[in-house]
Amino acid sequence: MATADARPVAVTGLGFVTPIGNDTETVWANLVAGRSGVGPITLFDAADLPTRIAAQVRDFEPERFMDRKAARHLARYCQYGLAAARMALDDAGVDPARLDPDAVGVVLSSGAGGIEEIERNQTTLLARGPRRISPFAVPMMIADMAAGIVAMHVGAGGPNYAVVSACASSAHGIGEAAEIVRRGDAEVMLAGGSEAAITPLMLGAFCQIQAVSTRNDAPERACRPFDQARDGFVMGEGAVMMVLEDGERARRRGARVLAEIGGYAASADMYHYTAPDPDGRGATRAMRRAIAKAGLAPDRVDYINAHGTSTRLGDIAETTAIKAVFGDHSHRLAVSSTKSMVGHLLGAAGAFEAAVCVLAIDRGVLPPTINLDDPDPACDLDYVPNRARPARIDVALSNSFGFGGHNACLVVQRPGRNGVGPPAGDTRIT
Amino acid sequence: MTDALDFRELQTLAAEVLGIDPERVQLPLSFARDLAADSLDIVELMMAVEDRYQVALPEDELQRMTSVGDLWDYLLAHHGDRAAGQDAATA
Repeated sequence: MATADARPVAVTGLGFVTPIGNDTETVWANLVAGRSGVGPITLFDAADLPTRIAAQVRDFEPERFMDRKAARHLARYCQYGLAAARMALDDAGVDPARLDPDAVGVVLSSGAGGIEEIERNQTTLLARGPRRISPFAVPMMIADMAAGIVAMHVGAGGPNYAVVSACASSAHGIGEAAEIVRRGDAEVMLAGGSEAAITPLMLGAFCQIQAVSTRNDAPERACRPFDQARDGFVMGEGAVMMVLEDGERARRRGARVLAEIGGYAASADMYHYTAPDPDGRGATRAMRRAIAKAGLAPDRVDYINAHGTSTRLGDIAETTAIKAVFGDHSHRLAVSSTKSMVGHLLGAAGAFEAAVCVLAIDRGVLPPTINLDDPDPACDLDYVPNRARPARIDVALSNSFGFGGHNACLVVQRPGRNGVGPPAGDTRIT
Repeated sequence: MTDALDFRELQTLAAEVLGIDPERVQLPLSFARDLAADSLDIVELMMAVEDRYQVALPEDELQRMTSVGDLWDYLLAHHGDRAAGQDAATA
């Protein structure tokens, strides 16, 4: 991916359905303002659970993106994914239906797929018997369906699948989609993730392993990565899609190139089901290889969008890994966890965070880690506490780590050779 | 269940399941050809009909029911059969 003659993969469009906004400008404004999208759970009655807060998508209007019948038969995670995909295509000015069917593919990943529909149908099965299981149960529950749905609705006939690696799903997905473009198997890939897993079973299960915050009385302050008073992550939901395009193709059509995917690497912790390796060795290897594959030295990295879930083990392991990779430079680069605002989008988290890197580069602003009032002494990097700040960012790294010990790192860089491109705000290639 | 069935009620139910306007649901129309219902839609519709009208729709009957009229005729003939239908369905 990183060799000097490698074909650049351009990011030419973004689409968002998130707890802090359902369009790019709203999402960006909230990120820069440091606004939290966490609040009381309204999707179901969470009264019996120790955690009663989450970052829910608000004001989502499925009928803007699909007809009534489709909305009725698509699991919520598929609705979100389709909406984000349509927005990303509009943003890029790409209409797959007008292109060769093989030109555009979709890798739309999810951690839990249609878990909500699994729960709904299981409840029906127990209450009313097997003859009341919905005929749409299978298509609504499987985690690959969103990719298929997007293909059907937008006319994208290229490579099509989902990657499942828990909270790293969409980071892997974007990395693999970039490789598809680079090796010429598609000219354009829609890549990203979608999740709608704020359900009684999922939240209850996370509560049982004490992974989620119980700061129910102050939801907006609940997600506090790297802060001593953190008490777990906050479930989020939503979808983020990006249009990845062969760089030469983007240049030919005069597309606005927001950033490039410069490198991608993946590794396994080989350690535990849910806990990270305390020394962050798997994460260290993935970061190092992603940067090397981008053809860069570690000191070229200006910003890391951390996995930073607001768990003690995770925050410290990631900080340790960053120090191992970057040495002294770890204290010069900026690190932030935007999960502090948007919660943990699980399978969509990697896509959200890669998209944040794209916008940070394009707009020259470091988004903050909010609620960082009293940093954990073991976390002593520059986490951009509480306030966004302007900065020129040429190279950003997005870290994603999933239960199972899956690690995926993406290098996002300013358009142009090795992240050396036109100045911020002038990224149109003509 | 009242003795008189109201066709508008079936129109509303089918329209909800098929995602169309109720007026489009008319007796001579084919579910598949005219109302764009696929096999999954038809199963969902029949489940909704069974619930609403307290009837059982045996598989062999379903195979023959291709139009709105076929379904309506079946309902007119069987809507009082709840107990018998359940017996048949569980036999």
